[in-house]
Amino acid sequence: MAQRESTFLNMVITLLVITLIAGGTLGYVYTLTEAPIAAAKEKAQKEAIKTVLPEFDKLSAPFKVLAEKGGDSLDFFVAYKNNELVGTAIKTYTKKGFGGLVTIMTGIDKEGNFYGYQVLEHAETPGLGSKMATWFKSTDKPKQSIIGKNPKTTKFEVTKDGGDIDAITASTISSRAFLDAIVRAYNTYEKNLESNSGNKK
Amino acid sequence: MNQWKNFTKGFIKENPIFVLVLGMCPTLGVTSSAMNGLGMGLATTFVLVMANIVISMVKSFIPEKVRIPSFIVIIAAFVTVVQLMMQAYVPALYKSLGLFIPLIVVNCIVLGRAEAFASKNRVLSSAIDGLSIGLGFSFALVLLGGIREILGSGKIFDIALYSENYVSLIFVLAPGAFIVLGYLIAFINQIRKS
Repeated sequence: MAQRESTFLNMVITLLVITLIAGGTLGYVYTLTEAPIAAAKEKAQKEAIKTVLPEFDKLSAPFKVLAEKGGDSLDFFVAYKNNELVGTAIKTYTKKGFGGLVTIMTGIDKEGNFYGYQVLEHAETPGLGSKMATWFKSTDKPKQSIIGKNPKTTKFEVTKDGGDIDAITASTISSRAFLDAIVRAYNTYEKNLESNSGNKK
Repeated sequence: MNQWKNFTKGFIKENPIFVLVLGMCPTLGVTSSAMNGLGMGLATTFVLVMANIVISMVKSFIPEKVRIPSFIVIIAAFVTVVQLMMQAYVPALYKSLGLFIPLIVVNCIVLGRAEAFASKNRVLSSAIDGLSIGLGFSFALVLLGGIREILGSGKIFDIALYSENYVSLIFVLAPGAFIVLGYLIAFINQIRKS
């Protein structure tokens, strides 16, 4: 079959047909994958919450609390076991990362100490800033971990800035960003506790 | 054309990375580990094969002057399909490849094959061409990613080989990609000459 000529009408019709078919196909694939994508996201979030909190059997519906500073709100998930509060998971963020936005799921136990964290999204340098995923849980250095500590008793700043937490080797900016996100979560948690002190304490 | 020759050309003789030197952005960007290279390579292979098939089927309906936009729309549609599928069924891989998936659209290998091969050849030849070039691309990415992973994080496919204290970080970062790629191209050229 000979090539169709490049008349105006031919070109318009061709492009129209191609984009229509492409659009239709994509619409179909989108409806197919919409549910699995949502499920995958929710599963990832649930897994993250599980790793940052003590064992629980019931999780409250997420609610948003306006961040103490920065303007955006953070997602709070309150976890219970046998109807007793065991901790709060908070999805926090910082925009001070070396690669911009970093989101972290943190868990605060009922004593108000950090129980765990998991970095959800980041764009830090691989092999340097990306170590934050495990660095602040490790106990290789005495002042490295944030687990079991809270900003009231420990100064949540890198040692270079006069704080009590050891920064990741060669990644001071990523470390500052990490602590920024963690402190934001804690301060928001405290503020939320105060405003609800009647029924929560 | 001899289909076997058509199939094997992508690995060394017309390897998209080492010989044609196309698609450098994802090549340098995603190959910080062998697994990332493999995922990116296979995603691109899928897009290449599907786009080549469709383009060689519809080539005679497309007026010459609008062929590039038509090809791009077809390629972009397949890339979006891959992206949605990955997000739904392999979220972990999607997370690590992230931004580079939509960038397959503008990967010059895909449009290059559509323009240079699929728009002139029949469906079967085009499909094999896509497969050949795609697998050659994957092979190159895995090789590049593997070397960078071994030197830069002491692992291969996430299996630790030696202590992290002896790695040289530069290979995981961008400069390492250029260094390894340069040596690989020199090496492959040596093989082709002899």
